[in-house]
Amino acid sequence: MLEIKNLHARIAATGTEIIRGLNLTVKDGEVAAIMGPNGSGKSTLSYILAGRPDYEVTEGEILYNGESILEMDAAERAAKGIFLAFQYPMEIPGVATMEFLKVAMNSQRRQRGEEPLKVADFLKRVKEAAGSLEMDMAMLKRPLNVGFSGGEKKRAEILQMKLLEPKLCVLDETDSGLDIDALKIVAEGVNALRSPDRSVVVITHYQRLLDHIVPDTVHVLYKGQVVKSGDKTLAHTLEAEGYAGIIGEAA
Amino acid sequence: MNMHAQPQRTRAEAALAEAFAARVGELPGDGAVVLTRDRAIEQIKAGLPTRRVEAWHYTDLRQLLTSVPDRDAAAHAESIAPLVAGSTVLPVLNGAANGEAPAIDGLAVSRVSDRLVDGSLATALAPQDGDDAVGAFNAAFVTDGWLLDIADGTAPERPIELQHVHGAGQAHVRLPVRVGTGVTATIVQRETGAGPALVSSVSNLTIGDGSHVTWVIVQEQPEAVTHLGQFNAWIGKNAKLTLFVMNTGGKLVRQEIRVRTTGEGADFTLRGVNLLAGDTHTDVTMTLDHAVPMTSSTEVVRNVAMGRAQGVFQGRINVHQVAQKTDARMACNTLLLSDEAAFFTKPELEIFADDVQCGHGATVTEIDAGHLFYLMARGIDEKTARGLLVKAFVAEVIEDLEDEALVEALEAKLEGWFAAHG
Repeated sequence: MLEIKNLHARIAATGTEIIRGLNLTVKDGEVAAIMGPNGSGKSTLSYILAGRPDYEVTEGEILYNGESILEMDAAERAAKGIFLAFQYPMEIPGVATMEFLKVAMNSQRRQRGEEPLKVADFLKRVKEAAGSLEMDMAMLKRPLNVGFSGGEKKRAEILQMKLLEPKLCVLDETDSGLDIDALKIVAEGVNALRSPDRSVVVITHYQRLLDHIVPDTVHVLYKGQVVKSGDKTLAHTLEAEGYAGIIGEAA
Repeated sequence: MNMHAQPQRTRAEAALAEAFAARVGELPGDGAVVLTRDRAIEQIKAGLPTRRVEAWHYTDLRQLLTSVPDRDAAAHAESIAPLVAGSTVLPVLNGAANGEAPAIDGLAVSRVSDRLVDGSLATALAPQDGDDAVGAFNAAFVTDGWLLDIADGTAPERPIELQHVHGAGQAHVRLPVRVGTGVTATIVQRETGAGPALVSSVSNLTIGDGSHVTWVIVQEQPEAVTHLGQFNAWIGKNAKLTLFVMNTGGKLVRQEIRVRTTGEGADFTLRGVNLLAGDTHTDVTMTLDHAVPMTSSTEVVRNVAMGRAQGVFQGRINVHQVAQKTDARMACNTLLLSDEAAFFTKPELEIFADDVQCGHGATVTEIDAGHLFYLMARGIDEKTARGLLVKAFVAEVIEDLEDEALVEALEAKLEGWFAAHG
């Protein structure tokens, strides 16, 4: 699904290098957790995967199903099936949420050479997805994310993920700002999407989310590199012992 | 005798003087009207306003008005579909009130040409001051329009649409509206037609105590039209005026808004949208007088400028000495979509009362990169994503109108404009 080879990347405006030789492979159907202390490059990695223009890849390669995505813009990557659930979803006044969902779904369909959705079909899909996430349809009549609480924004991200049916889901600190009930609902939403042909990269600072979205692999990111990889028990070790031990080994 | 040498008349000034001389005999009006027209053309002959006149600083009319097409009374103009389906339409086609006045309870309608002939509009016809070039243009040349009188306590169910459609040449209309007390009404004013043309349109609205009026001006002139518009309003005690102005066309546009609160508790809301493209110049100039205590106003103007378009918003709020407890807020936000587009904003607050709340803000921005990335990360291609964000910027102002039918109709105008200019 995803192969990242010796990736180096920096902030375009300042030239500050954030990712320094990162290697990571995520197989089809795999749920990979990326953990690490603050400032290790977790969010930057998610933005680079999604194609945010503020970052510049200076070396290395990102292959998605064997194809390099470095020359694709964010919209092309999304249409190919890469989805980023934002840590801080944008509030966009004046863009109605429903309209946004429809345009997004149909843009992706168009880029894949599919017919646009019929209105009734679209509404049915949105109602089902919103219901499963215990979201009020009235919320979707509001402008995109405007006035949504932190938890509502995260649910809205998962709603978009369900509707867009991506192949590679990148969740950036989806647990931050969620209470335990909201966390469970969001985690169930993600778990429902697990399938042999869909992979999930869960970026998180804490073990908490991984109790609900159980990963196949866990990777520790530090100073822009994966310094240790393991199975789900690695997350428990980190929870018990903190990052100090692993960082010490790496240094 | 004036000590200054009279500057040589521009071609446009000379053409206007000639046109007046040729047509004065056929323009409607009694003796008083003819005298008012005569003084108005003298004002124009003395020179169109230049940038040295404060109110015309960004729109040097003397320099920008380069040609004056001849009036063609036979030019073709026909009525258009109303903004909101089912509206009561009062057309003014190529400068002539067209058709019969509708019979609606509480609504008295008459032709402006008749009111000029009987002289009852003579006083109201005069320009407001020496810098009132739009008023002078219109006073000199106005041929017709509709005069409306909405009786106390009535609430016309459907919007009333004053439809000003012109053919090539010249058209000058006037739309005086008197709203009684306790009225609720929506009035739509359309400004469109065929070019090349020189058009003036003056609306005068007096609102009686406790009435609520929504007035929507949609100016969608084709290119090669010079549009000189003026909207005057006097808002009575506890009355409320919501004025929505949308400019989406014209080569050279000046839309003036002159509003005065005349009774305590009066409230004025202005929402403006300027969609500017091509090689055009659009100037919206507002003068608002808070002239009595306890009145309020908010003004929000949103502009999108692309191509080589130039835009202007001048917003002047005068808070008179007696106008204690005035609450006035003004904002002007502009999205520049090309390097060659320009927008000039001049907010002015002149406050003579000491217990008031007034504020203004102006921004000029580009599309937010974070918003753009968010939309693209959902698979929306860059062009579509930019379009959505620009529309959203403007739609916010339209959505401030509470009437759903109006919001839908104006959003459709917005869509149409972006489809043509995206």
